[in-house]
Parts: sequence; structure tokens; C-alpha cells
Amino acid sequence: MITMNAPKNKIHPHKYSMWIAMASITMMFIGFTSAYVVKRSQANWLSFDLPAIFYVSTVLILLSSGTIYLAGRQFKARNMGAYKQLITLTALLGIAFTVCQFIGFADMKNHGLALDSTVSASFIYAIVGAHVLHVLGGVAVLLVMFFRAFRTRVRTYSSVPIEVASTYWHFVDGLWIYLLIFFSLAR
Amino acid sequence: MSNEATLHSQDFLHHGHEADHGHGNGHDGHGHDHHHEETFISKYIFSMDHKMIAKQFLITGIIWAIIGAFFSVLFRLQLGYPDATFPWLESILGHWAEGGRITAEAYYALVTMHGTILVFFVLTAGLSGTFSNLLIPLQIGARDMASPFMNMLSYWFFFISSIVMMSSLFVQTGPASGGWTSYPPLSALGDASIGSKIGMDLWLISMALFVVSSLLGSLNYISTILNMRTKGMSMTKMPLTVWSFLFTAILGVLSFPVLLSGFVLLLFDRHGGTSFYLSELFVAGKVLPNEGGSAILYQHLFWFLGHPEVYIIILPAMGMVSEVLAVNSRKPIFGYLAMVGSMFAITLLAFLVWAHHMFVTGLNPFLGAFFVLLTLLIAVPSAIKVFNWITTIWRGNIRFTPASLFSIGFVSTFISGGLTGIWLGNSAIDIHLHDTYFVIAHFHIVMGVSAFFGMFAGIYHWFPKMYGRYMNQTIGFIHFWITLIGAYLIFWPMHYEGMAGMPRRYFDYSNWASFNQFAELNTFISFVVIIVFATQLLFVFNFFYSIFKGRKLTTPNPWNATTLEWTTPINPGHGNWPGEIPEVHRWAYDYSKDGKDFIPQTVPVSPDESGH
Repeated sequence: MITMNAPKNKIHPHKYSMWIAMASITMMFIGFTSAYVVKRSQANWLSFDLPAIFYVSTVLILLSSGTIYLAGRQFKARNMGAYKQLITLTALLGIAFTVCQFIGFADMKNHGLALDSTVSASFIYAIVGAHVLHVLGGVAVLLVMFFRAFRTRVRTYSSVPIEVASTYWHFVDGLWIYLLIFFSLAR
Repeated sequence: MSNEATLHSQDFLHHGHEADHGHGNGHDGHGHDHHHEETFISKYIFSMDHKMIAKQFLITGIIWAIIGAFFSVLFRLQLGYPDATFPWLESILGHWAEGGRITAEAYYALVTMHGTILVFFVLTAGLSGTFSNLLIPLQIGARDMASPFMNMLSYWFFFISSIVMMSSLFVQTGPASGGWTSYPPLSALGDASIGSKIGMDLWLISMALFVVSSLLGSLNYISTILNMRTKGMSMTKMPLTVWSFLFTAILGVLSFPVLLSGFVLLLFDRHGGTSFYLSELFVAGKVLPNEGGSAILYQHLFWFLGHPEVYIIILPAMGMVSEVLAVNSRKPIFGYLAMVGSMFAITLLAFLVWAHHMFVTGLNPFLGAFFVLLTLLIAVPSAIKVFNWITTIWRGNIRFTPASLFSIGFVSTFISGGLTGIWLGNSAIDIHLHDTYFVIAHFHIVMGVSAFFGMFAGIYHWFPKMYGRYMNQTIGFIHFWITLIGAYLIFWPMHYEGMAGMPRRYFDYSNWASFNQFAELNTFISFVVIIVFATQLLFVFNFFYSIFKGRKLTTPNPWNATTLEWTTPINPGHGNWPGEIPEVHRWAYDYSKDGKDFIPQTVPVSPDESGH
């Protein structure tokens, strides 16, 4: 790995860093959602139904978790054509997810729940928005990996990048499921 | 994010042996320059070498420390000489000091910036950024960090964050001035004060970038420590410095994101018209539309970071002091596992005590009782550590170097500052003492001065590793004694002011008859501040002078220490060891054992050795 005399069978440091980063991002959303819980217990809390399109976006991001899983398998099998198609599909699903979230925002606004209308709506914008940024970060990484797959001069055989990206993608997926359940239960 | 270190380990394989003559005569980057020429930019600016990044953090931190400390001199002038005018102030501060007297707005800006700069830019980035970067790979036996690229990004996010914070000093309405905690509604409403205008936005942007920098760094520190230790370096063989950096990084990774979420909501309140923190407010005679928010919510989010932050500041200092005391007492550290255990306990408790900053915000007194209990519990691991430090130097063969003096000074200030924490941790006593000079005295001694002492100890001790030269000892001794005595003269009297009820953050006390008794004391404190500040400039001079003109090292192990960083050449290249990374066979504290002064970690345990 790094040193000649480093012990074998250790988890790759980049994978490790990703797990710690996920713990860190989790803390951020714990911060958000606990602020939500604190606010909810106070007066003037307006509860409302989530935009229906959020369920569409849930299906999209679940699908994308499947496609990135398959992409990792194709990479290891060195089917680079299928790999490129699958990470493109994953990135597109990520973008479609983002679009759906914004349609949801527009829907809320049309129902009189603009960003500055009431605290419960503001929280949806802030928390869902922060999550969308994390999805877009994942899309950016996928784009980099897409172009790397076309490099002919340097070929990478290490599956660490796709594994790290895949872990992150499943994480933002899981994070959204958590947020959806949280918002549905704690209205 | 290709792993640089992998490439270099190949280089070292090729000519590991020929590089051996590099020992002792200080070849710069030997075994590295042959393979790809380093330009000035890749070596000194966008460096991925952890040692260079450490120096970048340190020097940036020193620049910030000078600025932050100078701000305290400026506002101490106002507090110590409220009626005097200093025409030179007007020439540097312009209309912020019209007629040579600092305005109230400028005073609050200076106080806010002093806190922000010292807490985050100096004692977080400058302290943990410097020494985690320098010592983690060197002491665990790694070529570099787990991801040198992320490590470089960590510095550059810090740099951009510094630029943004620095630029806020020059905007027309001035920098943020609502205190380093930036409580809303003051920080959320641009009309509330001039410091809440663009300066506050720049403050929030800068701090968000700072959080990113800190997270990138901490991620790297944790995965490096857990994954990249050399053969034989089990966790329990690590020096206490590395343990302290590990706990610091864990605290940072788990608490800074919560602060970030608090800042995001604050930005929404400032610019999105939301009401997370705002409710039923009047500003400038106008009723604001915001309703339903809670300012206390911000305080919860802020102090969930804010309290771990003080341990982020003090833990690296504790680790370095442990190391420096053991080396300079020629004795093993007393109670190694108790030291690790108490740092773990502090890390855990750090997350459970934040509300002791909020006893007087209307917090439920029953809830407060739990936070009192948990807060006072921190006294236990702290006392264990103090006991172990004292026992380590007890009957030791103490060498008085500037580093060891600052370490002993650290123990002294940590005790005297920590004891007042027991007072403040009681919610009943806190009703009287909160927001008084007693609090200022407490946290400056236990966190500010102590952390600085730990940092000075680290700089004096590891300067030879950083630059291949010694710092001047005589100047170091002068620096230590004036700083120690000065720190006590400055902060000790503040306890009495606080007990008399003198509130903090006031611009001018001369209108209160009850505090007139302290007028001369305040003048005295300000006078000492100026002397101590001048002494720090002496240290800065010593630091930069010694980089170029200091006495050169003649041995790779100047302090006769056991740890791995001293097995590298005097000026190690990128990759640290010219040959193979040494294997570790024993813990880091075999001093005065079996008639030997010290046994390096790389020496195999011989069969007739006494156990440890």
C-alpha cells in the first residue's frame, strides 16, 4: 500500500476518510433536524403535507443507487463501456432528483409556503437544499470519473475511486430516505 | 486524489542506501529531488508535503496571532486609559478612532475580531493544523498523510478563509462586532448595528470556509493515524501527542458540522427572510415581520460546537506538553493509559456539557442540574492529567529548556484556570458570575494562555525538526518568564473585578461609581498587556531569525528523544525517511531504563530487559 512494511488487509485510507466524512455530514444533518425538533415543540408551528413530487425523487435516487452499484461491478469486470453508461445514468438520475426537488420547492411556493412564509416551510427549504448540494457534489465527482474513464494515457485499474464514490452515493440516498421519513413523522 | 506517497515509496526503494550519508549534514530533500524537479511553487506554495503544510499553517497562524494580540492591545488602551487620547490611533484606524480615542463601534469590532482570530485562526488552525500535520506522519512512521492532496486543500481553504476575514477588516462598515459567538438577533439583522452589515456576511463566509478546512484536515488526521502506522506501531505504542491529535480531530469532525448548520440557518435569516432565530422584534422603531423564531436555538447549535472547540484547542497542547515533559525530565510519562483514558473521557464529556454556557438563558433549572453534574465531571480526567504531569517531572532529571519551561507553565496555568471552572460550572454561582470579568479570567487562563504555552512548548521543541536549526535559548527564557508573570498579572486581578460584578464587553466603565475602584487596576493590566505583547514580538523575531541564522543542528536527535521523528535526517525530504520506514518495537517513553538514558522506539526489546 503506502509503505513496504505496512500490514496487509487494511481498509484503504481513502475509504476510511469517506466513512469519517459521512459521520461528519451526518452530524450536520443531526444539527439541522434537532433544530427542527426544538422549533416544532414551540408555538406557531404550521404543519403541512410534503409536495407529492418528493416521492418521485425518492424513487429516482433509489434507482440511482442501483445503477452505481452495477457500475462498480462493471468496472471490476473491466466492461468499461457499460461502466461509462452506468455512471452517466447515475449522474443523470442525480440531476433528475435535483430537478424534482426544485419542482417540489416551486409547488410549495405556489401553495403559499415560500421560504420566508413560516418556519416549518423554511426548514424544508434549508434542509432539503443542503441535501441537494450534497447530491450535486456527488454528481460532480461522477463527472470527473466519467472523463477519467476516457483517458488513454493513464489507465487506472484501482477500484477504490468507484467504491468510495459508490459509498458516498448510497449515503446521500440513505440520508434522503431518513429526511423523508423524518419530515413525514415530525410534521 | 492519487496517492502521492505511493509513488514516492518507489523512489526510495531505488536508492535507499546511497541516501544514508544524508545523515548529519543536512541534505535538503535528499532522495527526492532527483526524480522530479520541484519548482518554487510546488515546494513552498502548493506543497503536498505535510511538513511544509505544517509550516504554512504555523506562519499564517503567527501572522494572525500578531494581529489578534495587537487588537487586544488597542482595546486595552481604551479600558486602561478611558480618558486619554492617542493621536497615533487616528492615523492607523482613521475615523474609527476620531481624535485619538477608539469609538464604541471600533471597540466592539476589535473585541469580536480578537476572539474570532485567536480561537479559530490561531489556536485551532495555527495550533492543531501545525502540529497535527508535522507530527502525525513523523511520529507514527508514515511517508505522508492519507491524502496529501486533501491536506493541501485544507491549508488553502484556511488561506481563503483568512483572506475573507482579513478583507472584512477593511470594509467601510467594519468587521463583525457582535462578539465571537455572533448571537442573533444582533448578528441576523443588518440594521441592528454597523458591524452586522457586510462585515457579518464576510465573517460567516469566512467561518464556513474555515469549517471546510478544518474538516478536510481532521478527516486526514484520523484516517492517517488509524491506517498508516508503521509496522509495530500499535495504538498503545503511539506517543501521547498522536493520541491528542486523534481526539482533537474526532471532536472537530463531529462538532464543526453542527456549527455549520447553525451558520446556514443564520445566513437564511439574514438574506432569505426566514425566521429561524427571529421573533417579534423592533429595529429602529420598525416592527419586523419575523415571527416564530428562537434566538436560543442558535445558542444551542453554536455551543454544541463551541464547547468541544475549547477542547479542540487544549487537547493538542496537552499532548505536546506530555511529550515535552517526559523528554525533558528523562522519565517515562506517568500513567500512559490513564492519560489516554482521560483524553477519551474529555472527548466524550465535551459533547455533553454545552448548555453550561447557557445557564442564564432561561434554561430549565432541572436540565441545568444535569449539565452542572456533567461539567463538574470533567474535573476528574483533568485532575488525572495534572497529577500525571506533576508525577512525571517529580524527581526527574529536569532539563530546563524554553520548551520544558513552557510545559511546566502550562501545568500551572491549567490548574489555576481550571479551578475557577469549577465555580463557573455551578449554575447557582454562575448566576452571579456569568458575563463578568471572572469568566474572562477563567477562559483566558485555562484555554488561551495554557494553549499558547503548549504551542510555544511545541514550537521550541520541534523547531529543530522543522528548520534544522535551534531557536535562541536566552531569548526563549526571557520570553517565558515575562509571558508567565505577565499572564498572571493580567488575568489574576480580573477574578476580583468579576466577583465585584464588573460586566464584560463594556466600552467604558468610568460612568459606574461601583467600578471606579478598579480604574487604576485596569490601567495596570493594560500596561502589562503592552509589555507582554512586546515580548511576543521578541519571540516572533527569534522564530524568523532562527529560521535563517539559528544555530545549526549537528545531530538528528538533539533532545535525545525516543520517538520516530528524530530518526529522520536533519532536513528530511518529502517521504521523511530516505530508506525504509523504521519498525517500532516499544512504547515512546523508555527513558532512564535499565541504566540507559533513553531507548529509541526502533530498538528491539532485548530478552534481559526489565518489563514496562
